[in-house]
Amino acid sequence: MSTRMTDEHSMVERALRRGAVAIDRGNDPAAEAARRVARRAAEEGLADVVYTPVDSPFGELLLAATGRGLLRLAFPEENVDSVLERISQRVSPRIVEASGRLEEARRELDEYFAGRRHSFELALDWSLVGGPFGRKVLRVTSQIPYGGVLSYREVAADAGSPRGSRAAGNALGSNPMPIVVPCHRVLHSGGGLGGYGGGVERKRWLLELEGARTPRL
Amino acid sequence: MSKQLPPFQRFLDAHRDLVWRFLCSAVGPVEAEDCFQETFIAALRAYPRLRADSNLRAWVLTIAHRKALDAHRGRSRRALPIADPGVVDGRTHDAPAARDEALWEAVQELPARQRSAVVLRYLGDLPHREIAAAIGCSEEAARRSLHDGLTTLRKVVVPV
Repeated sequence: MSTRMTDEHSMVERALRRGAVAIDRGNDPAAEAARRVARRAAEEGLADVVYTPVDSPFGELLLAATGRGLLRLAFPEENVDSVLERISQRVSPRIVEASGRLEEARRELDEYFAGRRHSFELALDWSLVGGPFGRKVLRVTSQIPYGGVLSYREVAADAGSPRGSRAAGNALGSNPMPIVVPCHRVLHSGGGLGGYGGGVERKRWLLELEGARTPRL
Repeated sequence: MSKQLPPFQRFLDAHRDLVWRFLCSAVGPVEAEDCFQETFIAALRAYPRLRADSNLRAWVLTIAHRKALDAHRGRSRRALPIADPGVVDGRTHDAPAARDEALWEAVQELPARQRSAVVLRYLGDLPHREIAAAIGCSEEAARRSLHDGLTTLRKVVVPV
């Protein structure tokens, strides 16, 4: 290639790169277009899972749902990417950020935190709950009424395994839908608070919100 | 641990700018929006069947390239006027823009394969191997298309 041709080629290349930079500048039409893709995917049912952040007294929670119901509620400290990757592996990789399907969950949580709602009417998707015993434990837990408490041993017994309080504790500790499935209502039989996936301070806060009658708050 | 497909939203976030730039250049900013929607909706439909070790960038650009071809066919059927080359994304190019506008207009008039090769190379910054994968030809053919495209464009920048 002659020197002149090489120069001309590089002039073209420089101009093409300038164009690329010009298209890059300014407000972000690609981000807008991507939001429209996500919204459309959710509305047309092409996405299997949708998620959205919601405000709460604990900070920004992440909610995720399938067509069957609420799948996951994550506390602010949880790593969003890890949460989404786990859902991707266990449920479906067709996940988009869109709020439509989660409006009801957001509203019920707002009412709960304001003390105006004592039970959730949301449909739940139990796909992320591991093992049949874990499911039984969380179903038993979901029946504990507002302001009430059970011990780990009682929950284990109701789930069919009277000696399984440690296993019940593990199942509660990995509850994918805390608050909505009220694992904060399960305490040590001696009255101690026990553990909580979202931190024991939050467990205390939730029990106080509900006016639970516990020996030692 | 075996490699996993990223959650679709992460895939969308990671590739949206590249696909947007590609489509703006391939079909102009007016039709880019529709092509963008079509590209990612098609990608979402096929997503669960994709192998986790796939080259996601080349895959999504292959889809975008096909959607751009569809748009071009539709355009010639409907004989729509070409998008105003002075405005990209609703913003006006600034200097040294006049010559660049002519250049981008010329990019849109290149034969499809050359156009895609040029756009993927200079907007997508793709290596020849990935350009070839995206437009469905050999690496050698991709190289040739790129060279032919640049040769045509040279006449725009440096009038003979």
